[in-house]
Amino acid sequence: MFAVFAAALRRELRLAARHKGDWLLPPLFYLIVVTLFALGGKPNDPQLSAFAPAVLWVGVLLSALLNLDRLFRADFDDGTLEQCFLGAQGAMPVVYAKLIGHWLLGGLPLSLIAAPLALQLDVPATVLPTLLAGLLLGTPMLSLIGGFAAALTVGLPRAAVLLPVLVLPLIGPVVIFGAGAARAAAAGLSAAGPLYLLASLLVAGLCLLPLAATVALRNSFD
Amino acid sequence: MLLTDFALSLDAGVLLHLRGRNGAGKTSLLEVLAGLRAPLRGQVVRPEAGLHWLGHKNGFNGDLSLIENLQYWCALQQCSAAPIVTSLERLGLARLRYRAARTLSAGQKRRAALARLLIAPRPLWLLDEPLAALDVAGLDDVGGMFDQHLQQGGAVIVTSHQPLPLADGRMRTMELS
Repeated sequence: MFAVFAAALRRELRLAARHKGDWLLPPLFYLIVVTLFALGGKPNDPQLSAFAPAVLWVGVLLSALLNLDRLFRADFDDGTLEQCFLGAQGAMPVVYAKLIGHWLLGGLPLSLIAAPLALQLDVPATVLPTLLAGLLLGTPMLSLIGGFAAALTVGLPRAAVLLPVLVLPLIGPVVIFGAGAARAAAAGLSAAGPLYLLASLLVAGLCLLPLAATVALRNSFD
Repeated sequence: MLLTDFALSLDAGVLLHLRGRNGAGKTSLLEVLAGLRAPLRGQVVRPEAGLHWLGHKNGFNGDLSLIENLQYWCALQQCSAAPIVTSLERLGLARLRYRAARTLSAGQKRRAALARLLIAPRPLWLLDEPLAALDVAGLDDVGGMFDQHLQQGGAVIVTSHQPLPLADGRMRTMELS
């Protein structure tokens, strides 16, 4: 089981190394969105840092959605997915590898550049650890929910348009608790509650969503 | 509903040629036999030692080389990757093994997909239009592979609109209508 997972993850990273644009564009997009938000506001506006957690979170979500529709599509189109399902361990380890690969190449770098971008929005440096912890716990959920939605829509034409509409409402709780944790830290309160909730959501998602995604992919053959 | 009251049992050493007009359900039937689709009713008993499935799609990522694609396939199947080069050699592709699959012709990709049959020995081969895009030499190679596989007690179910490169008593034909 682990050998199949490792081989699939290696393949994801190898493909990413050959298509650098796929994972370099979302951070660039994120940088531009947050910068435009800062430029569009009033100079020295104290409200800016109040809105900053929501802006940083929504920016991450939109950026991570950019390459979501390609997650399973290439393998579906070229027939690799059929061979995955008929493999010795089924497609589940491959699905895990793809979802984790999506986070490693998407959610992780986006979370890391959120810290310097937060300073641009006048977020106090003391809030950064909480913001980062929230993003590191919340962005894997985006890969998991997004991966499930991508699996559901893999056989549909123009799924790229459908995906944000499917994924963004489902990711609502993660944004509420993630941005809530950053706001709590900014107000000098303990952020442990929302962070624990994010962690528990992540554990539940990590156990259930890859299974759901595998079932959805299997249905795509019918 | 494509097929009802369908029963088929396949003996070792027999090749079954599935024929029928476009849309008769040849591919769907093969997918059910392979286990990619569930039948509405009834059951499919597959050989315990596994089967090979070769669909319309070759299963190669265009950005990876042939050998990377086949190594990944071996990892999925948890079989040894050692016979990859000799299998490609037999199909005349050893020279191209480091080329990205995207740069190969349709026939070369089809040959490479057929190389999987040689990499891992499996008693049952389910092949959907394996001869598509193959040249005359390719047909001979496939004929040789069929012959050897049947001699070793394997079985093949194959759909094809072309006559198969195997003409003897081991071949059965089934017409789907």
